[in-house]
Amino acid sequence: MKRTQREIEDSARTITRRSLIVGGLFIGTGGVLAGRMRYLQVERADDFRLLAEENRINLRLLPPARGLIFDRSGVLLAGNEQNYRITIVREDAGDVDAVLDEVARLVNLDLVSLERAREEIRRRPSFVPVTIADRLSWEELSAVAVNAPALPGVNPEVGLSRVYPLGADFAHVVGYVGPVSDWYLEQTGDTDPVLQIPDFQVGRYNIEDKAEGLLRGSAGTSRVEVNASGRVMRELDRDPATPGSDVQVTVDAGLQNYVEARMHGESAGAVIMDCTNGDVLAVASAPTFDPNLFVRGISTTQWNGLNEDPYRPLANKAVQGLYPPGSTYKMVVALAALEGGFITPDETVACPGHMEIGNRRFHCWRRGGHGRMNLIESLSQSCDVYYYELAQRVGIENISAMARRLGCGVRHDLPMSGIAEGLAPTMEWKRRRFEQDWVVGDTLNASIGQGFVLSSPLHLAVMTARIASGKTLIPNLIRSVDGVPEARPDPEDLGVDPEHLALIHQGMWRVNNHSRGTAYRSRTMGDEYTIAGKTGTSQVRNITAAERAAGVIRNEDLPWERRDHALYVGFAPYDNPRYAAAVIVEHGGGGSVAAAPIGRDILLRAQVGDVPPSELYPVSQRRGIEEMHRTLPIFEAPPQPSGRTPGAGGTDA
Amino acid sequence: MSFLEYNVKSTPTGWQKILHLNWALALLLVSVACVGFLMLYSVAGGSFSPWAEAQMQRFALGFCAMIVVALVPIWFWRNMSVLAYIISILLLLYVEFFGSTFGGAQRWIDLGFMRLQPSEVAKITVVMMLAAYYDWLDLEKVSNPLYVIIPLLIIGVPVGLTFIQPDLGTSLLILMGGGAVIFLAGVHWLYFASVIGLGVGAVTAVFASRGTDWALLADYQYSRIDTFLDPTRDPLGEGYHITQSQIALGSGGWTGRGFMQGTQIRGDFLPESHTDFIFPTLAEEFGFVGAASLLLLYVLILVFCIATALMARERYASLVVMGVAVTFFLYFALNMAMVMGLAPVVGVPLPLVSYGGSAMLVLMVAFGLVQSAHVHRAR
Repeated sequence: MKRTQREIEDSARTITRRSLIVGGLFIGTGGVLAGRMRYLQVERADDFRLLAEENRINLRLLPPARGLIFDRSGVLLAGNEQNYRITIVREDAGDVDAVLDEVARLVNLDLVSLERAREEIRRRPSFVPVTIADRLSWEELSAVAVNAPALPGVNPEVGLSRVYPLGADFAHVVGYVGPVSDWYLEQTGDTDPVLQIPDFQVGRYNIEDKAEGLLRGSAGTSRVEVNASGRVMRELDRDPATPGSDVQVTVDAGLQNYVEARMHGESAGAVIMDCTNGDVLAVASAPTFDPNLFVRGISTTQWNGLNEDPYRPLANKAVQGLYPPGSTYKMVVALAALEGGFITPDETVACPGHMEIGNRRFHCWRRGGHGRMNLIESLSQSCDVYYYELAQRVGIENISAMARRLGCGVRHDLPMSGIAEGLAPTMEWKRRRFEQDWVVGDTLNASIGQGFVLSSPLHLAVMTARIASGKTLIPNLIRSVDGVPEARPDPEDLGVDPEHLALIHQGMWRVNNHSRGTAYRSRTMGDEYTIAGKTGTSQVRNITAAERAAGVIRNEDLPWERRDHALYVGFAPYDNPRYAAAVIVEHGGGGSVAAAPIGRDILLRAQVGDVPPSELYPVSQRRGIEEMHRTLPIFEAPPQPSGRTPGAGGTDA
Repeated sequence: MSFLEYNVKSTPTGWQKILHLNWALALLLVSVACVGFLMLYSVAGGSFSPWAEAQMQRFALGFCAMIVVALVPIWFWRNMSVLAYIISILLLLYVEFFGSTFGGAQRWIDLGFMRLQPSEVAKITVVMMLAAYYDWLDLEKVSNPLYVIIPLLIIGVPVGLTFIQPDLGTSLLILMGGGAVIFLAGVHWLYFASVIGLGVGAVTAVFASRGTDWALLADYQYSRIDTFLDPTRDPLGEGYHITQSQIALGSGGWTGRGFMQGTQIRGDFLPESHTDFIFPTLAEEFGFVGAASLLLLYVLILVFCIATALMARERYASLVVMGVAVTFFLYFALNMAMVMGLAPVVGVPLPLVSYGGSAMLVLMVAFGLVQSAHVHRAR
């Protein structure tokens, strides 16, 4: 096709013009792109640099080692044991099923956990280690390690897990740890990042729970560089975890073991305190349970077994259980009367076996009556009528004020779960609680530790220790933290006339050491370890007039859960009180029969520092005692302080 | 130096032609390709395999193809234009029925040594076809409606075939590249005004059709538009590409984190960092300085193309060179706009840098046409 020169030039002009327009568009767009680059890379560089860091840096938490718990002489009560486990990394394993089969040949794997591991392996990214088995023996771990070449992707690992070497004896002191549940997070409002660590365990009961803040420690961090799928490329830096503080408790492992053993077979609780400083030396509740079960994950069967046992092994009867203190409360009434000047030591009250108040008849435990009783004899023989008389003179307000002064009906702040407050009733309390007026019968009931009065063995032990020492002892359970002794102010004076206390002491001495004392059977031989105490028997049912007329049914003939509670409180040595104890045997029958022997035995054990020799017992009981000591589950040798000393506070005072 | 002279009296012959190639343009192309090799090496974690080495081989092949095309007179290519266009349409039809499916789209023909993407070929053949058409057409007829419909059909067929693959990015590129050639040929500007008006109407229709039975786009295309409008809408899903891409770009700062030091790349946070998202990689490791330098190289290539177009005597040569320039421009401008969050993520590679055989070879052949126009520019 021929074109004229003019046509060609027109066309060239058009193309040139439009090319320049397009070229301008190029430059303009280039300018926009450069501007955007400048905006992103220069003006907002810092923002994006930060976002890139967030992408890249991942903070991993390093779990802290939980603080150890020692007894007063350094025996390990709660430690951390190495938990041997094996993990598998799918992408390193290749044929996962073949490797798992190989592992199952070396290690005892049950089908359920194997299936769970397979599921986990499928679910997680291929580079994440999945635990196939834990709590392996060293032999099993070694077997895996030795066969490592045949087990690609399988790694033996060591973690820490809580262990209670003394097992059940300390369940009611130390408690246990358990996994972090949603419920726990909700209840505590705890936001410590350490709780996010998989398999992390927190204290769930007793000291483990209440001293969680001390024992937990704080998480370390490891800053790692990760890629988009979360795989760790390298560790950038590491801030190691701070282990929890070691806690030393005031409890004596040997004594605690003896008390638990002595109460074996009963449903009972006991507390032993040091009368000089308030140290709690034993807090026992029988039956007990193995706290290690809770650490490893308790099975439903085991849980149901513990939960449905009528003896309630999970309840800590020593501090959680509230019982009518029965006649052990008589010291309170007697002291209130003496201090208020309502009676003199020599004044006597006649006991015909009952007392009529209005149209109601209040009975003494001895149907025939005690005859004329003075203060000391009333304690020794536990005459109820004498206290009915005192009650009317003293009044409930004075009685309850004295009870609180002695540590009953108040909350003692020990690091234990579910500490009961108890009850020392007042008129105001009854009006508030029942919208009824206080009647004199209520005071009479309270004077023999029945009716509204409620105490735990801890209350009674504090009461006994305060009576024995004349000091306002505050019970305490933590002896030292990381070797630094807990501050313990010198106990204040109780503010009770020492002569009045001496009278009570004499009455209590006669309980154990006079032939007419209610606990005379539970006396000790020789002068060194003399015990003074008081028995108590508290009814858990009402005895009707008809039954009383027909003869009160003996405890042995009642079903277990309707028998009386047996109580005993005591201190020793008599002339220089060092130990105070309180024992309750639920539905044990009479205090002198069921509780006093236990009280005597544990006070002897506390004083002797070992299983007491049979010479300290009355001749007629020695064979039985020897037989008992042979069969009781007592440590063969006292547990030795662990290698790791708890520090300066570790020496026994 | 003869290759930059404006008034070349006679067309060189034989091996003389090699001396008359636009060596400055060739050097710019090599420079851009080297940036690509460097980045592919970095993305592979400091390794020539799997990408950098293959890319080098293809570039070498492409460079040879460019020289071969350059040495052939431009009028030969004008005569080949119709044939090339028809072949590319047949290839598009072939992939429509027999192509290998990848990522939900039928785009490839597996040739054994490489995968041929007919849509990439079509970008250039459409430009060639249109240039040949306007070379044939008398200047006074270009704005005649009858003669406007023909080029629209020339563009429409490959755009439609590419769109149904579906490959939204490439179909847009062909459409815009073809449109640019029509504009350059001198068609009355009122046509463009009305097309832009229609385009706005079409966009409105596309959005209005959303969620109805006659939805015009696939769901993934709609969601890409949504994510473009608000990338933070789904930062771990649809918006992930663009968010991570901007993080990579932005964290580069002025001078970048250094070669092989980009954390977004090392940590695999940036997907497809060897293909469509290679630019953020460069920007992260070499910063604003590096990114702007690449942009400058691209603009210089455009400047040389425009210069060649303006020097050319033949109408076909001017139009084809400008068409190649526009296509090249659309490639890098769309890609950069996309990774910087200025345009939707439509899957356009960064020319000569992104890993990919078809685009590289087709572009080098296209620059061969530019070189041929340059060599045979004698008046």
